[in-house]
Amino acid sequence: MVRARRRRSGLFVAAFLLAVVVSSWVGEVNLTNLATGIPGALGYIAATVPSLRFGTLGADLADWFWALDRWLLLLLDTIVIGFLATVMGTAAAFLLSFAAARNLSPNRTLCFVTRRVLEIARSVPELVYAMIFVFAFGLGPLAGVMAIAIHTTGALGKLFSEVNENADLRPLDGTLAAGANWFQGMRYAIVPQVLPNFASYTLLRFEINVRSATVIGFVGAGGIGQELMFVIRQFVYQDISAIVLLIILLVCIIDLTCERIRQNFTRAGAA
Amino acid sequence: MTRDVEAAARLCPDAFAKPAAGRTVHAAGWSLFVALTIFCLWRTGFFDLSRLIEGAGKLGWVLGFMLPPAHNGWLGEFGWALAETLAMAFLGTLLAALAAIPLGFLAARNIVPNWLLHFGIRRFLDGIRGVDQLIWALVFVSAVGLGPFAGILAIAVSDTGSLAKLFSEAIETVNRRQVEGVEAAGADRAQRIRFGMLPQVLPVMLSTTLYYFESNTRSATILGVVGAGGIGLQLADRIRVNNWDEASFIILMILVTVACIDWLSGQLRMRFIRP
Repeated sequence: MVRARRRRSGLFVAAFLLAVVVSSWVGEVNLTNLATGIPGALGYIAATVPSLRFGTLGADLADWFWALDRWLLLLLDTIVIGFLATVMGTAAAFLLSFAAARNLSPNRTLCFVTRRVLEIARSVPELVYAMIFVFAFGLGPLAGVMAIAIHTTGALGKLFSEVNENADLRPLDGTLAAGANWFQGMRYAIVPQVLPNFASYTLLRFEINVRSATVIGFVGAGGIGQELMFVIRQFVYQDISAIVLLIILLVCIIDLTCERIRQNFTRAGAA
Repeated sequence: MTRDVEAAARLCPDAFAKPAAGRTVHAAGWSLFVALTIFCLWRTGFFDLSRLIEGAGKLGWVLGFMLPPAHNGWLGEFGWALAETLAMAFLGTLLAALAAIPLGFLAARNIVPNWLLHFGIRRFLDGIRGVDQLIWALVFVSAVGLGPFAGILAIAVSDTGSLAKLFSEAIETVNRRQVEGVEAAGADRAQRIRFGMLPQVLPVMLSTTLYYFESNTRSATILGVVGAGGIGLQLADRIRVNNWDEASFIILMILVTVACIDWLSGQLRMRFIRP
């Protein structure tokens, strides 16, 4: 028994070491590029840190954030992309989630088809959608909104349909017995039960979408990412750190605000 | 009966409606939301109908070219790129986990009582996590050059932030009794951690790391778009030169691989949780 167990964990360790060796070979990692690469990367990051002197702090800061007005506008665009994609994606996910829930779906084929559509929508990465939409609709936030919205539909549609599957069916039986059709049954028996959960998932998704919106610009789909890509490609070191700092700040503010709103929701639900 | 209710509602409408104050707040909230949405639609160009119609046409054209997916003799290349992606995810997660163990202990309140130190480390980790993996990839591509190595570093750094935070939370919630037991048997500080805490947190760490490996195979597929090697590089190249049938083939390959890894790591996780 002990010997079998020991042999099994020995096999595990051997397989693990083999995986390390093979993936180092495939991933072109060896000691020399580790030895040159890591100090190189650290040096690069150090180069982006501006020199701030205490005597001339104001001027130094102004110099660092020299294009603040343009960057703030781009950050606004980023929030707009995240917000709109959340609204559109949530609306679509809401509509599809009832057909995708096994216990509520009006028929099996519809349920199957909806579930596959949601699966495709969430398993293709956002950036891939963004590249395709940029080709179709041209550069700019339009493509970014669509890409993130589709991904949101897939991800939220799955979560929403799971919430629906856990809903209490007795109110539905009641409304149907009183002569309601399928839509009325959903509206009056299911929606009131699931809405609080939907709201909290949507808020979480909004945080994720704002993060996605900061990088969707790397393929030309609008927001601050486009500018960040540009300054990194042009090696404008100080601008890199300034923009990254603004992004971190934005993400923190959005996270904190959403957390506050969520707390209000749960407290209202408990009361 | 119905008529009675209707008559009563007509007599004193307030008793049958929502309170006036609530109604106002409700209406104000909704109109604010609608106004905001319209502003966003305008700002992102959704009111430009001709652009939307033209784009939809082009999208249909693209979808037509995507079917059927074809590899056109590039199958070997794609397979190698996929292996590169998996290698990036594996090594990146491994490096992140190795770095996150000491950082996780340092960020745990019950290991480092010094408030300033653990607060500083926590904020440092938050900062790392605030930057998207793709930004790290872009930074490392310009720091160490194109190729999978930049991707490995990007995954390693960004996941160090997340893993160290999760590890420290696991460490903070260990059962005190085991530690006290070891302490009562005369263990010193290092032994308390080794024999009192590590056996409790190790399964959590392993399963979290596996989970991140799974999610990193997803994200590693797109790191190539900014030049960090792997299948994303091939995909971005195909899209750039309008090779849509090969692009859809690559997308299918990605979907299949991700599904396989999901299944495999699910199996492994079951093993770890129930040894």
